[in-house]
Amino acid sequence: MRGGFVLPRTPLIQEKIHLVNSLQKILMRLFYAVILLIAVLVLNFSMMHLAPGDVADTISQSMGGADEELLTQIRADYGLDQPFIVQLGTYIGNVLRFNLGYSFFYNKPVTALILERLPATLLLVFVAQILALFIGVILGVISARKPNGIASHFVTMLALFGYSAPVFWTGILLLIAFSLKVPIFPVAGMRDVTIEGGFWVHFIDVARHMVLPVITLGSIFLALYSRLSRATMMEVLGSDYVRTAKAKGLSEREVVYKHALKNSLSPVITLAGLQFSAVISGAVLVEAVFSWPGLGTLAFQSIIARDTPTILGILFFSALVVIVGNILTDLALRLVDPRMRGKG
Amino acid sequence: MNKIVKSLALATALTASFAGFSQAEEPKKGGTLVTVLGSNPRNLNSSVQAGIVTGFPGAQLFASPLRYDNDWTPQPYLAESWDVSEDGLTVTLSLVKNAKFHDGVPITSEDIAFSVDVIKANHPFKSMFAPVESVDTPDAHTAVLNLSKPHPAILLAMSGQLMSIIPKHIYGDGEIADVKAHPRNNEDVVGSGPFKLTEFKNGEHVILERFDDFFIEGRPYLDKIVMRIITDPAARAIAYENGELHMGAFESLPRIINRLKKVDSLTVTSDGYGAIGPISWLAMNTADGPLADVRVRKALAYAVDKDFIHKALFQGTASDSTTGIHPDSPFYTEQEGYALDLEKSAALLDEAGFPVKDGSRMSLTIDFGWPGVKAEVEYVKAALKKVNVDVEVRASADFPTWAKKMGTGEFDLSWDTVFNWGDPVIGVHRTYDSTNILKGVWSNTQSYSNARVDELMGMAAVEADPAKRTALYAEFQQIIADEVPVYHVNTVPYHTIYNTEKIGNPPIGIWGTSTPIDQLYLK
Repeated sequence: MRGGFVLPRTPLIQEKIHLVNSLQKILMRLFYAVILLIAVLVLNFSMMHLAPGDVADTISQSMGGADEELLTQIRADYGLDQPFIVQLGTYIGNVLRFNLGYSFFYNKPVTALILERLPATLLLVFVAQILALFIGVILGVISARKPNGIASHFVTMLALFGYSAPVFWTGILLLIAFSLKVPIFPVAGMRDVTIEGGFWVHFIDVARHMVLPVITLGSIFLALYSRLSRATMMEVLGSDYVRTAKAKGLSEREVVYKHALKNSLSPVITLAGLQFSAVISGAVLVEAVFSWPGLGTLAFQSIIARDTPTILGILFFSALVVIVGNILTDLALRLVDPRMRGKG
Repeated sequence: MNKIVKSLALATALTASFAGFSQAEEPKKGGTLVTVLGSNPRNLNSSVQAGIVTGFPGAQLFASPLRYDNDWTPQPYLAESWDVSEDGLTVTLSLVKNAKFHDGVPITSEDIAFSVDVIKANHPFKSMFAPVESVDTPDAHTAVLNLSKPHPAILLAMSGQLMSIIPKHIYGDGEIADVKAHPRNNEDVVGSGPFKLTEFKNGEHVILERFDDFFIEGRPYLDKIVMRIITDPAARAIAYENGELHMGAFESLPRIINRLKKVDSLTVTSDGYGAIGPISWLAMNTADGPLADVRVRKALAYAVDKDFIHKALFQGTASDSTTGIHPDSPFYTEQEGYALDLEKSAALLDEAGFPVKDGSRMSLTIDFGWPGVKAEVEYVKAALKKVNVDVEVRASADFPTWAKKMGTGEFDLSWDTVFNWGDPVIGVHRTYDSTNILKGVWSNTQSYSNARVDELMGMAAVEADPAKRTALYAEFQQIIADEVPVYHVNTVPYHTIYNTEKIGNPPIGIWGTSTPIDQLYLK
């Protein structure tokens, strides 16, 4: 008991204080995020600038060589002949006005370029994540219940394989198996433009194109989730309250799925949040193997092309995704874990 | 009209015989061709963007005045006839009368004049139309190109993807120099070619459909072309094999080419790259240091075993290249070259004043600009070790990093690939011209200078008589091979792959896929 005079707090007031606190914290986090974002941009812009050569060279490469006069003109057109500090200032100024600039390489606004590619990546990563999370947790629970059973060993092996096999290798292997030897899935892309039909025809078509990339990408996530949920589940199953629940005669099923599972989920959700934030980096290789028309491919190509505005635009976007992902993770944690509700 | 009909019939017959049909087969109309682009095109307007990825869709969207048959003879296309004046100073084009742009507006000589202006201001290959001073348009169907000097290269420059005729009423709404960033270069394209743009989805596909009012009666045969963008060569290979792709060009990985050659349903051919003319070589910086001495350069050439490179690294998919001109070009004259001879190499190095000291004669660096040629570079290092020349391999983080080193001459040796682009004036001269030293990547980055070579190139550029031109280029090639500013090693093993059962009249002429495929049909 604390001493001194304390204003009595009704539950309602307490709830409000919590809400204000949370809101303040979220705002603070957003503020830090903006500062961080600008720092990221300045750093990346400078690093891009340090490397010799520029986009004019890659434009010339894409054309099989170019006259020097034209290169000079391209540099002038894109302001690449300006001093570094001027270029940086112009860029940051534009970003603060929510203008991500114009892609040198594609001759298109960067925002349009990113928005064009974003849905494909989101679709791929979302589906892979959700499936991996769902299956991973189930596998984790199964193997935690009988840590030395055959199922558990199988899950461990699967996880190790999924985690250690490089995605481009898994991807090509799946392609050879299921596109060439037993041709049931298409090789590349997101849809077959030659087929005609209604919504469901296209839905099934996209779904068919997704199977192999989702398996490839999901296998990494699956490994992480199944291992983590196995570990936390085992820990939780050994705790006092689970023993109490068992002692008061609840069925095994009830104990595992009602008491233990919920408590074992927080670390998994934290991990899922972090993983989701890595949406672009995780998908780059998978997108490259399957020619998935997403942000990963765009990121890869613009790095190769030294297309600074596009690279920075994508970084900006991924930073945004990370921030939003973190906030969503927090909210999700608050839902499953009441202890989190008072904390930042 | 008769002339066009005849020459077109001839062209069809030629392509047909080339594809190896025992009897003339009636082309079928209709169908969708599914083909592929190996990277994302920057731009679909080939009048402002060069390069092979733009060339394929570009040549379908836009017509050029001429096209070429397999014997490197010009044929009528958008120009039903053409005339080069006796003094070589004017080129008169008579346009096909019924030609229309995709929006229905007739194609006139005004559009020719406009396109020349746009190309001159935006296209990277300045040498193509540099001598064109003005274009007269005496009537709607006659365009007269006035030249400052005879310019025989202009005929090839008016074919393939090099001279795309674009509509003035669409692209002429701003500054000429801004056409390269025109929003309609990628969407709502209005072209003059056999196919019009349906959709260009970045990173996904370019879809073209038949232009019903195309100026050649009955063409094109296809209803639709789907060009999928698949950047991974292994994925493309699987797609050829399982039939998802009917055709593709510019495949260059030896392992994949040799694997696909074994697939019964596919034809794999290296035909169709003569005009593009890609050649790989070992570049030597002649500016200063040991490589300024021609004896050292020869010594290095003698120490590098091209045979090993062809057999082991390219597994027989690439052909030998002995000069700066592609072996498929009519101007190519094969040179004797430098067969592996380590003794001769060592003797030359001794003679040049580089004896072996502490096991080494000299230390050099070698650069490369893209991962695909790392094996060649590593091989050069190992090969030169045998004549006691130490070589340090310098990798570049990416293409611009390497391009910078090349453009500023900060290298000793480097692996390089340069394209001919039709006439030697366009893609060959740049490497050896002493007025083009260190002007960015793919200029004369070797700082090579030889007055006779300059003179020969100058004469060949204005020589109208093909036989005399060939003779000038023969001497040019002989000097280049003798002085080795670059050691020509191989042609890039580009291959076109198509489904034999499906494709009629595959694009294997001199311009490959950089020319209209209005004669291609699905069987």
